[in-house]
Amino acid sequence: MKRTPTTFIVTSLLVMLFLYLPIVFLIGLSFNASTMGVAWKGFTFQWYEKLAMDQAILEATVNSVVIALVSTGLALILGVGTAIALETRQKTQQSWVNLILVLPLVIPEILLGVALLMVFVLCQVHLGFGTVIIGHMVFNLPLTIVIVRARLRKLDPAWADAACDLGATSWDVLTHITLPLLRPAIWGAALLGFTVSLDDFVVTFFVAGPGSTTLPLKVFSMIKTGMTPEINALSAIMVVVSMLCVGLSWFLQQRSTQVSAESSYQ
Amino acid sequence: MLNQRSDVSSAFPVKLSLLSTSLFLGLFFFLPLILVFGVSLASRGMYGGITWIPTWENYQRVFDPLVGVIFFRSLLLAGLTTFICAVLGFPLAYCLARVSRPWQLILLTLVMIPFWTNFLVRTYAWVLILRADGILNSLLIGLGLLDEPLSLLFTDLSVLVGLVYGYLPFMVLPLVVAIERISPQLEDAAFDLYASMGGMFRHVLLPLSAPGFLAGGVLVFIPSLGAFITPYLLGGGQNMMLGTFIQHEFLVARDWPFGSALSFGLMGTVLLLWFLLGRASVEKDPS
Amino acid sequence: MNESVVLDKIVKTHGLVKAVDHVSLSIRSGEFFSLLGPSGSGKTTILRLIAGLDHPDQGDIIIQQRVVTLDPPHKRPVNMVFQHYALFPHLSVFENVAFGLHMKKERQTNIQNAVSHMLALVRLQGKEKRLPSQLSGGEQQRVALARALVNRPVVLLLDEPLAALDQQLRQEMQGELKRLQREVEATFICVTHQQDEALMLSDRIAVMQGGKVLQVGTPQEIYDHPVSSIVAQFIGLSNTLSGTIASCEGGVCRVDHEVLSSVLVMCSPHDPPQGAVTVMVRPERVHVSSDMSINGYDNMLSAVVHHVAFSGNEVVYHVRLRDKAIWMARVPIAEAQASSFAIGQPVYVHWRAMEGLVLPAHPASC
Repeated sequence: MKRTPTTFIVTSLLVMLFLYLPIVFLIGLSFNASTMGVAWKGFTFQWYEKLAMDQAILEATVNSVVIALVSTGLALILGVGTAIALETRQKTQQSWVNLILVLPLVIPEILLGVALLMVFVLCQVHLGFGTVIIGHMVFNLPLTIVIVRARLRKLDPAWADAACDLGATSWDVLTHITLPLLRPAIWGAALLGFTVSLDDFVVTFFVAGPGSTTLPLKVFSMIKTGMTPEINALSAIMVVVSMLCVGLSWFLQQRSTQVSAESSYQ
Repeated sequence: MLNQRSDVSSAFPVKLSLLSTSLFLGLFFFLPLILVFGVSLASRGMYGGITWIPTWENYQRVFDPLVGVIFFRSLLLAGLTTFICAVLGFPLAYCLARVSRPWQLILLTLVMIPFWTNFLVRTYAWVLILRADGILNSLLIGLGLLDEPLSLLFTDLSVLVGLVYGYLPFMVLPLVVAIERISPQLEDAAFDLYASMGGMFRHVLLPLSAPGFLAGGVLVFIPSLGAFITPYLLGGGQNMMLGTFIQHEFLVARDWPFGSALSFGLMGTVLLLWFLLGRASVEKDPS
Repeated sequence: MNESVVLDKIVKTHGLVKAVDHVSLSIRSGEFFSLLGPSGSGKTTILRLIAGLDHPDQGDIIIQQRVVTLDPPHKRPVNMVFQHYALFPHLSVFENVAFGLHMKKERQTNIQNAVSHMLALVRLQGKEKRLPSQLSGGEQQRVALARALVNRPVVLLLDEPLAALDQQLRQEMQGELKRLQREVEATFICVTHQQDEALMLSDRIAVMQGGKVLQVGTPQEIYDHPVSSIVAQFIGLSNTLSGTIASCEGGVCRVDHEVLSSVLVMCSPHDPPQGAVTVMVRPERVHVSSDMSINGYDNMLSAVVHHVAFSGNEVVYHVRLRDKAIWMARVPIAEAQASSFAIGQPVYVHWRAMEGLVLPAHPASC
């Protein structure tokens, strides 16, 4: 670090400011008593109180959490098994598998949204919780598989051999060796999937129905219909929740790097 | 060298989940994409529906000058976003990669937090800053630098700022990984061989960081090109990008065939770029 | 003596490579048997075949008079100590050692007793709750041994058991391995690429190369009577000289060389070698001197000191013969201090006829 040029350090500090100032403003404004504009009119909690009373927002929050939990849970159930199944395929098939898995993650979300919307409308599927959960799984499932596979690749095949040598069947290896060693990756995938699902706007925007409004959709409509300070309060809460999520995920990742340090000598 | 015995993929639940995943992605990812292609070749019905008369007309309309402007603006803004992210991201990534252990964790977490914060909320923060009675204008007027507010919101510049702000972490993280892999000894060796600070950066650090730039470039360029929230909230109706245009065609103009053709054009551009950059990164990074 | 493990014409191919090529071995009950060879010689594959982690393409594996060729690992009375131990990183020392018994659905009290007993045997009491990452290399090694031995295997397989340890620990563990073997009375089959390790530990050794067994014998037999120059080189005979047999009388041959003077070497009086041969001399038997002739030595070649390497208790001289070949001479430190030689100094190397070995010529050197 001692050699790092000063220009780099200064640029880094400015970039950090650039990243944080908007968030700081947002949180600051959520305590501003002024109903219009950004001028400071005194400290207040009233927007948070109003928020807590707003039935539609509470409903949207519950919807978001339910959708995130279900889509992440289903993605985990399918994804972990799929990752294990894929890891032992032939090398030649790997590049195709990679392509298929990464495709849903690289194509712009809006494409996913319109494509799903068309399928659902043309097949006359009722837009609602089901369609939103399916939409979220389209990116959550590949995400889970990619994360679990990355961890799986770091596992020493000798562990499975050793377990077999000690009398384990393939089911024993799965339950006693593979899954416990994958646990940090599974938790990491779950947390990331949950957050991505909770935050998703674009896909949800296209495939949600009247009863399945999520929190981001609610925020969006609030921004569109008019700027009330309530949005600031809601946004501030979402920022803080994200921070807590990052903290938790760091904690889990730390533990996972500990385990991989133990296993690092191949 | 796994053998038959320790091969856990033979367990029944494992096989079942592979099958279900294939079915799911086939049904809800590949089939919809094929449908988009199919619809892009159909005609628009009288009241916004689809008439199954095959036509190339939708693709011809993509080359209409008015559409071309949107295409061009999207490419330009995405390219500029990627470039600015690289310029701003590299110094930060270098500091993050070279700082000592406990600091690195703290700083990486600080970079990660905006990355995990709701995109909509982060973009909305810029609306508060840039609008006519927003923070920036209030500040400038308050300081006596301006007499009346600048119209900052709903310009190409505001979209650009929003895109850079939104996707900067995507550039920083791959760069940190790439720079961490470069041994500080290589820097020492360059200095030992008479390189100046600038020479060392140009001839050693930048070329060796290429995999990070490529990965970061893909991660920034592709979502910028297809962005919807940023141009919608910060660009307004005049400064459309592909994302907002597609949404407009689908939900406002109700011209699904044309929207599908646009979508397919966007996907083609993205996949072509991804393919080219993927090949370039394979060449750059033999490992 | 009854056989513990018999391999009968085993063939195993990995892709196009014949990893094991018609190998037959019979390993006796209770012996310490080593498979010695360079990497890629097929020795680890043989270990995995005996363990049941791989199955041979041809041939049979018999363990204790029972054909187990295609049996899965858990149906064989065999356990393995893996190359880097493969300790389960998420399980404690106790849970690692108990794993095999747990898989066999032993009763909890039995497991408790057996594991405690075994941990005492490898001197790891008090570390039951540690994770593998909290142990030193030597301790990890002993957990790996305990984890295998607690299952009371008839045969214990060891894949490069000492490779990951440093020099001092390695010598300590060599003694430890011998002690453990005496206590558990199992057959130990060990894979190694280090000849000194194999010579020191083993009752018998099989020298392997390219998937084939070149020679099987006690360390003494292999050291004194290697069947080919490849085996000889692998066992540490690095000084070679190619020539042709000029005469053989009464168990002594004269070998002529194109450039160098002829040398004398002992050979079997019943079956004297003929034609092109390789003469080999151990580095520790080569005597370096500034004198042209010394009493008692039959052979003398002139040379120039090329390099001098000091290694604590001995000095290794690398000398260049007149045919440009480099020979090594290991000289005990006391002797080297009495008369040392500088690089570039002309010297004479001496050795006795009985200390040389004559073998059919190395095919590669023809």
